[in-house]
Amino acid sequence: MKFFKSLTTGQRTIALSLGFMLVLSIVRLFTNADDITSSGTLSSTLRVATPILLAGLAGVWAERVGIVNIGIEGMMIVGTWFGAYGAWKWGSWAGIALAIFAGSLVGLLHALATVRFNVNHVVSGIAINILAAGATEYLSIIFFKGQKGGGESQSPAGKGGYGEFDMPFLSGGRIGSWRSPDILGWLEKKHDLPLLPDLAGVLRGLVSDIYVPTIVAIALVPITAYILWRTRFGLRVRSSGESPQAGESLGVSINRLRYQAMAISGGLAAFGGAYLSCVFTSTYRQGQTGGQGYIGLATTIFGNWTPFGVFRGAILFGFPSALKFRDEKNVPALLLVIAVILVALGIVSAMKNKQILTMGLFIGSAISAATYFLVDDVPQEFVAATPYIVTILVLAGAQQQLRPPAYAGIPYRAGENH
Amino acid sequence: MKNPRLQRMLVTSASSLLAVFVALCICAVILLITGKDPIEAYRTLFGAAGETKVLQGALNRATPLMISAAAVAIGFKMNLFNIGVEGQMRVALLATAVAGAAVDLPAPLHILFCLVVAMASGAIWAGIAGWLKVKRGVNEVISTIMLNFVALSLVAWAFDSFFRAESTTGSLLVKTKELPTSAWFPDIVDRRLNGMFFVAILVLVLFYVLVWKTKFGFQLRASGANAGASRVTGVNPKRMVMISMLLSGALAGLVGMRALLGDVHAYQNNLAEQQGFNGIAVALLGRNHPLGIFISALLFGYLGEASGRLQLIDIPKEITTIMTGIIVLAVVIINEAVKRWDDRRIQHKAALALESAAVPA
Repeated sequence: MKFFKSLTTGQRTIALSLGFMLVLSIVRLFTNADDITSSGTLSSTLRVATPILLAGLAGVWAERVGIVNIGIEGMMIVGTWFGAYGAWKWGSWAGIALAIFAGSLVGLLHALATVRFNVNHVVSGIAINILAAGATEYLSIIFFKGQKGGGESQSPAGKGGYGEFDMPFLSGGRIGSWRSPDILGWLEKKHDLPLLPDLAGVLRGLVSDIYVPTIVAIALVPITAYILWRTRFGLRVRSSGESPQAGESLGVSINRLRYQAMAISGGLAAFGGAYLSCVFTSTYRQGQTGGQGYIGLATTIFGNWTPFGVFRGAILFGFPSALKFRDEKNVPALLLVIAVILVALGIVSAMKNKQILTMGLFIGSAISAATYFLVDDVPQEFVAATPYIVTILVLAGAQQQLRPPAYAGIPYRAGENH
Repeated sequence: MKNPRLQRMLVTSASSLLAVFVALCICAVILLITGKDPIEAYRTLFGAAGETKVLQGALNRATPLMISAAAVAIGFKMNLFNIGVEGQMRVALLATAVAGAAVDLPAPLHILFCLVVAMASGAIWAGIAGWLKVKRGVNEVISTIMLNFVALSLVAWAFDSFFRAESTTGSLLVKTKELPTSAWFPDIVDRRLNGMFFVAILVLVLFYVLVWKTKFGFQLRASGANAGASRVTGVNPKRMVMISMLLSGALAGLVGMRALLGDVHAYQNNLAEQQGFNGIAVALLGRNHPLGIFISALLFGYLGEASGRLQLIDIPKEITTIMTGIIVLAVVIINEAVKRWDDRRIQHKAALALESAAVPA
């Protein structure tokens, strides 16, 4: 325990992820569910996780500036529609650009309602969700109905792709016309070894078959962290979410900051929507977001309002769905993973003398393991509900560790409360 | 016009009317931009108001909206935001469909049994959010959103794995076992207006009595307006949170009953979909007051019923969804502006009164 505490945050993250890999590796050897650490699963996890990640970053920007954004879902819906429209008319990247532009406008609308008119943030968010759903359905009928490949609730296919990327040497990417060796791919196939093929698979998943928009989205994680914690603008954004009066007293225009941050938040959410309608598939479909905006909101909380936390949450929440996409047979192996992790957590809490928590964790672990041996397949609905349940559990159990921006959602008017 | 309460009521209803008017104007602009004729659209939309059939349909659609708006409003009175009405309704729908089909009772008792099951199961699901708020300090907005999705998955799974019945009519739609006729809620007008309408009215009346005419209601409003102050007078805010959450959930359980007991008589996917969610808009437009809720529910019910007419003149009926969203935004914005104006007016009056009182002295 002491040793663990002496490590830096970065070292701790590495230690924890290695431990997690070890658990996955043991479970893989035990269950023969090779796909749980294959590069294919990891690259589809990234694909599934990208829109969630972007929605989560949208939540970080909004809440850090002090505005609760329930409207992420609506902003994503707007992104799916405008992304598909742009891709259909002018090509793939134009679609994403148009979506980001439209999303920023919706973000500004949310800011207008909450900042200028001091509307309850949750009410404004709900209104935006209703508006976005209604407006996109309306626009689809006007613009997509009767077009080739389009319909009342579906857009015609977008033009152009995005290009995929393989890292040279690690996953057999090309340098010019020469195909470099696929070192990680070779290592990944040595299934009998412990840990090594798992690490290779995960790493290869991160560097092979990635769409360029995914790379952009992942790059936005450190960029967001840098802007929010290392620049003057970021400091001011955070001050607006923690104590706007303090910022105001130092001459910061809180209202302008809130407009700017909400435009960014809306743009990010819409980028996530456009990813669904342009990159993940090539058409807009009504109801395509399916609550992913809310999962994004959940990752904002789960990630403790930090970009890297959101990234972790998006991967975690995307993983079961990706596994499900590839081969349903692998999903039950996750139950064993959960069981092992719960035992580990139980041991830690036992060392801290928290008897009730320890007992709960061990019972949870036993249930999870027993379920693995009793059922053959985990219903789709449980996979779908996991992010929401995890978020509720985190909120209920780890409230002390969570640190939301102090002023998020609280009505604020410039010049008052002094 | 000297009565300040009457003045306030006039101000609030005027601001709600203004919100609807603003929404109509904005939608007219949207229609114009997209090349449709707004005057023709509104003539078609509101021209149907004279037809008995349409009005009956509007009342029928207003029924669940009234109940879900009351469920939302009772939370609002306590400063709680129950976004989970949709999920609570869904849990109650399946629970009632299953429990109702399993028992055999004479007609009025059977219906009563179903209503009680619905209220209890809705209250239990809402109680989770209440418990999380009281014991663990979890914000109810987040927890009810998350619980909505959990409810959706849980109900879909339970329905699919345990309760789907083999279809007897050869229909492709999968349902639970049909409720016996003793559990069917009778129609007022056959297939057009269900008797649950009266239950909804009763809910609104009881809501009024409970919130404005009882000691509990006073404590509820006091605790919602200022938890600290009312705590000093001996009102336990945690207890009030739990009770109002349970009450809200119990009402939420009733939302889907018009569709279940009065129409389909079995659970199926998408049954009563969105009806819990739409109550939020109705409650906001109705300013959490039973009379306001009644009128707003009628408006939204009417829009839903008459919107189909728009398609006859080649205008997408989704314009009414846009209208709903704009109404919600407009009503809260206008309320806020009017509240500020009203506060200033009252301050000004008080200042004048003080001045005139000070002069003779």
